[in-house]
Amino acid sequence: MDLDLDRHALDFRAEVRAWLAENVPDKPLASFDTAAGFEQHREWEKRLADAQLSVVSWPEEFGGRDASLLEWVLFEEEYYAARAPARVNQNGIFMLAPTLFAHGTPEQQRRILPAMARSEQVWAQAWSEPEAGSDIAALRSTATRTEGGWLLSGQKTWSSRAAFADAAFGLFRSDPGSERHRGLTYLMFDLRVDGVQVRPIPQLDGETGFAEIFLDNVFVPDSDVIGEPGNGWRVAMTTANNERGLSLRSPGRFLAAADRLLDLWRREGDPSDTALAERVTDAWIGARAYQLYTFETVTRLSEGGQLGPESSVNKLFWSRLDLELHETVLDILGSGAELRGDWLDGWLFSLAGPIYGGTDQIQRNTIAERLLGLPRGPR
Amino acid sequence: MRFTLSPEQRDFAASIDDLLAAADTPSVVRAWSHGEHEQGLRLWRQLADLGVTGLAVPEEHGGLDASAVDLTVAVEVLGRHAVPGPVVESLAALPVLLADSGATRWLPGLASGGSLGTLAWSPHVPYAVDADVADVRVCVSDGVLREFGPMAPLSSVDASRRLSAVDVRGEICPARTDRAWSFGVLACAAQLLGAGRRLLDMSVEYATQRSQYGNPIGGYQAIKHLLADVVTQLELARPLLYGAAVSLDTASPNAARDVSAARVACADAAYLAARTALQVHGAIGYTAEHDLSLWLTKVRALRSAWGTQAWHRAQVLAALTTERGAA
Ligand SMILES: Cc1cc2nc3c(=O)[nH]c(=O)nc-3n(C[C@H](O)[C@H](O)[C@H](O)COP(=O)(O)OP(=O)(O)OC[C@H]3O[C@@H](n4cnc5c(N)ncnc54)[C@H](O)[C@@H]3O)c2cc1C
Repeated sequence: MDLDLDRHALDFRAEVRAWLAENVPDKPLASFDTAAGFEQHREWEKRLADAQLSVVSWPEEFGGRDASLLEWVLFEEEYYAARAPARVNQNGIFMLAPTLFAHGTPEQQRRILPAMARSEQVWAQAWSEPEAGSDIAALRSTATRTEGGWLLSGQKTWSSRAAFADAAFGLFRSDPGSERHRGLTYLMFDLRVDGVQVRPIPQLDGETGFAEIFLDNVFVPDSDVIGEPGNGWRVAMTTANNERGLSLRSPGRFLAAADRLLDLWRREGDPSDTALAERVTDAWIGARAYQLYTFETVTRLSEGGQLGPESSVNKLFWSRLDLELHETVLDILGSGAELRGDWLDGWLFSLAGPIYGGTDQIQRNTIAERLLGLPRGPR
Repeated sequence: MRFTLSPEQRDFAASIDDLLAAADTPSVVRAWSHGEHEQGLRLWRQLADLGVTGLAVPEEHGGLDASAVDLTVAVEVLGRHAVPGPVVESLAALPVLLADSGATRWLPGLASGGSLGTLAWSPHVPYAVDADVADVRVCVSDGVLREFGPMAPLSSVDASRRLSAVDVRGEICPARTDRAWSFGVLACAAQLLGAGRRLLDMSVEYATQRSQYGNPIGGYQAIKHLLADVVTQLELARPLLYGAAVSLDTASPNAARDVSAARVACADAAYLAARTALQVHGAIGYTAEHDLSLWLTKVRALRSAWGTQAWHRAQVLAALTTERGAA
């Protein structure tokens, strides 16, 4: 058991650190939840891609550099420590891409991944529907067979970045007589074609962070089905495990936030406030625990293990950590806490963590039933 | 990097686990609590045969000079089975303290399991555990090692922890304490994690068997969610524990910080496991007769042995804010 980095990993980390120091914009980009900010972030992704740093763990032929999972974790640590821009294509890179690696055809991989790596195509996740939130299997949007492909109809909602994104991926009921997890098909579709209407929804911070998507007989060719028609649920589980398990929220994010929290505490904290001091400490301990837990997961996966229900442990832990960390910051800031700024925006975003990607309650159900083996509840 | 136990370490854990599972430790604990040490001492001799007592003792004094990770593996299993006796003291803190301070004469006895050792450590460990049965009794204060004699017994919430204040006797030598203290704290954390995991397992088993309103209680979300929180806390405490052991093994400058962080997380997780276990069991868990009580009380006792949670948190924060060795 060790925590040593080999020469290759150390060199890689040094290169990433140097490149970021040189290239991260001094002035933060505008929020990617605005039209202008979205394009700034797209440009930033192109620069990252030019340096072969946008998708380090992917094979070289798709724009990556075949970095190991561990090196990817190190990349993330550096990325967040350098306060580099948020990843506008995160739902493509961290959710759709692993799904395509597991279930996509070689043709799909060649067509989609390089454009994703350069954010020439930015992706949104279109899973939730008005009547299907936690209970995704209750979805009603349909895919109807037609010559050479499918016609999509229905409504998706809460789709992050769909207001400005180019394309989306989601589940559709392709077998009209089917129920629940059966008869679903996983499809990719263009957001900027006839028959698709995208209606932005302002979030708590007032920006249009997500959107509703209305689909009216939108044609999608067979080549945009991922996996077998009717087998969408199984494909979707790959996406969900990646969303919860490792890739969407890596430890780097929380380590960097804990580090800034410690700086804030040193500058502005009141050492006699031991209750607050303990929360500061716990935030750092939590971030460190998540880092080491991730190293454990990385070791397991690199030795052939799978992401399983442990993904839910992961998600439940970081969603609470993020919230508690930001609440601690705001309590240190005291009467200045209500002012808009990075920390307040961070807190607003952390409020959503226990909701998206499967709510905390759903994660607890999964942990209890699939990890602890307790009896299954109603479905 | 390979941050997981080796096959040998897993086998080692399994062999200790097999031994203890066959030993009916609850009855050993109960006897020990009444001052009947015979069964318990037999168990310690069996642990010695597996090498457990020699792990932290240098080779030249009859030990195995094993890694802190190996020691953690063993002590976690001991916590899982609530093994009575001076686990932290005799297996971890005392061997390191005596070796580092050059007071080596007791080491061969500790390594072979021929003698048991206990320790008091001013100000955090004012009472020595099991001084009535220990052959080696050492206390640390003002940077000096001294022998001590036991005073009148004090009763702990964990009846198997037979405590006494110390009657300080002759000076042995100046103490070198840094590593020894960290080893003690690490072992305390390991014991807590093992106990916490056992409390969770007992709760899951009970929740599966016990029915109310026509359903197993483990089918109710209120119960499921409590247990999901427990496993999450435990699973995220474990890597801190083993990470701290690696820090000790590599003589990291952050070792003391990492050990304190591990103790904070393991004690909080184990305490949550204990509270939850009691709630899941209902009244049967509130009885002295039910084995749950053995783990529940041990967790409460260990949570403030070897430094309070507040003290350890303060250590972590001080380390983080003075020199920013956050890597
Ligand atoms: C900021 C943000 C971004 C998002 N981005 C996306 C996106 O990009 N794409 C996308 O498809 N979706 C997205 N979502 C939607 C998200 O996935 C859903 O909000 C989530 O799945 C929960 O669904 P819901 O909001 O309908 O709540 P509901 O499912 O209606 O849940 C409401 C409450 O009931 C509880 N509950 C529900 N079922 C159970 C049960 N069986 N047991 C116990 N408690 C239960 C929930 O935990 C919750 O507390 C986003 C949401 C947010 C907040």
